[in-house]
Amino acid sequence: MNLLGSLFSSSIGRKFLMAATGLVLFGFVTGHLLGNLQIFLPPQKINAYGHMLESLGAGLWLIRLFLLACVLIHIWLAIQLTLENRAARPQDYGVAHINRATLASRLMARTSIVVLAFILFHLAHYTVRAGHPLWSEHTFTLADGYTKVRDIHAMMVEGFSNVAVSVFYIIAVGLLSYHLAHGIGSMLQTLGLKNEKWTRGLERFAVAYCWGYFLLNAAIPLAVLGGFVKLHA
Amino acid sequence: MVAPTAKKLFSVTLRIWRQAGPQQPGKFVDYPAANVSPDMSFLELLDVVNDGLTKDDGEPIAFAHDCREGICGTCSCTINGKPHGPGKGIATCQLYMRSFADGDTIVVEPFRARAFPLVKDLVTDRSAFDQVQQAGGFISVRTGAAPDANSIPVPKEDADLAMDAAACIGCGACVAACKNASAMLFVAAKVSHLGLMPQGQPERDKRVLAMVQMMDAAGFGNCTNQYECSAVCPKTITHDFIARMNRDYAVALFREKFKPASNASGGAG
Repeated sequence: MNLLGSLFSSSIGRKFLMAATGLVLFGFVTGHLLGNLQIFLPPQKINAYGHMLESLGAGLWLIRLFLLACVLIHIWLAIQLTLENRAARPQDYGVAHINRATLASRLMARTSIVVLAFILFHLAHYTVRAGHPLWSEHTFTLADGYTKVRDIHAMMVEGFSNVAVSVFYIIAVGLLSYHLAHGIGSMLQTLGLKNEKWTRGLERFAVAYCWGYFLLNAAIPLAVLGGFVKLHA
Repeated sequence: MVAPTAKKLFSVTLRIWRQAGPQQPGKFVDYPAANVSPDMSFLELLDVVNDGLTKDDGEPIAFAHDCREGICGTCSCTINGKPHGPGKGIATCQLYMRSFADGDTIVVEPFRARAFPLVKDLVTDRSAFDQVQQAGGFISVRTGAAPDANSIPVPKEDADLAMDAAACIGCGACVAACKNASAMLFVAAKVSHLGLMPQGQPERDKRVLAMVQMMDAAGFGNCTNQYECSAVCPKTITHDFIARMNRDYAVALFREKFKPASNASGGAG
C-alpha cells in the first residue's frame, strides 16, 4: 500500500494525521496568543504586527489554506474514527466503569464542538468583521508617520467591551485549553515521542501550558472589561 | 493443635449475563450464593453455582477458564465493569472472594467487542488475536538443533524490556476495557517483544505493518490514548509499548516506501 493510502486508511496512520494536524493547530494557537498579547503594549505594536501579517498577501492565503486543510482533516478524521470506535463495541456493558481515562479525554468531542463554534464566530467577528464595517477602514497611523493601517487595538477593545462576547471568548479558550490537556499528551503518545522517562515531565509541561494558555488568553478580555486596556486617543 | 480454619462465610448475589448463543438475546440473571468462603477463588464460586444449577437440571453458566494460575489468558469475565474484576495485575482466576463483602451484588459480563463475538454466556471468541499473531507475530528461523544460548548477544536491558512485553497472555482484557475496543496494547506488546530482540530484526518492518493491518481488518477500534488497557492488564504491560509501536509503524511505513529493491532474480544457481 502506498504511503498516503496507509496514512489515510490505517488506524495508526489516521492517528498520526490527527496528531500532526493537532500539532500544527497547537502551534497556531500558541503563535496567535503571543500576537494577541501585544495588546498590553502601546497600540502601534499590535497594529504594525497586524499590518505585517496582512501585507504577506498570497503568503497569508497560503498559510490560511494550510490551516484550513489541517482543521478539516482533524475534524473529518475525528468523526470517522469516533464512528468506527462506537461500531467496535456494538453492545455496551451493563456496568460502566472508568479506570483512569481523564475527564478531558472523555470530553474531547464535546469540547471540540464549542471550540469549532467559537472559531467560526471569531472569524466572522474579527477576520470578516461582520457587523462592524468601520473596523475595515485604515485609520491608524504607524510610527513612521504616514503608513495608514487597520486599528486592531481599537477593534479588540471595542469587541471585548461587549460582555457576552468576552464571556463566550473566555469559555471557549477554557474549553480549548481543556481539549489540549488531553490533546498534547495524546499527540506525543501517537507520534511515539514518549516513554517512561519522559512521561512525568511531558505531563507537567502539558498542564503548565494549558493553564498558561487559558490564563493569558482570559487576561485580554478581562483587561478590557476591567478598564486596564482602553481605547487610545 | 490444628489452626482454626473457620472463617466467616458470607453471601453475595451474582448477576450474570446469560445468552444461549450468538443470535439469541441475552439478559442478566441473578444467582444468590450463600456460604461463600473468602478464600474461594471467583471461578470456584462459579463452579459451585454451576454445581447447584446442574443438580436442579438447569443450564450451567458457560465461562472460559483453563490454567487457573494466571498464565494462560483464557479466563475473561468483566466483573463490575472491569475486565478481570477488582485488583491490579491479576486475571479473573486470581481473583478471590475476599475482594468482596457480604451482601454485594457482583455483575459478571463477557468481554464486549465486535472483534470478540459472543459464543455463549460469558464465553467470547477471541480468535481475532490469533489472526493478528499469525500476520507477523513470529520470527522465521530454520528448525534444527537448539542454537547455543549465547550465540547472539542480547543486552540485559533489551532482554528485560522484551520480557515485559512478552508477559502478554493474550487474554483480551485491554480490548474489553478500551471504550473503543482497540487492540493496540496487545498488538504493541507482540510487536515490541520481537522487535526489541536481535532475532526479530529481519522481519521488524513487515511485522508491524502486517499486524496493524490485520488488527484493523479484524474490526477493533482505534486508540484514543486513555490508557484503560494498561490499567486492567493482568500482566501490567505499559502503554509505553503503544508509543513504541507507533514509532515503529511510522519508520516501517517510510522505509517500505523508499527502500531500494534488488534487481537479483534469484540465487547464483
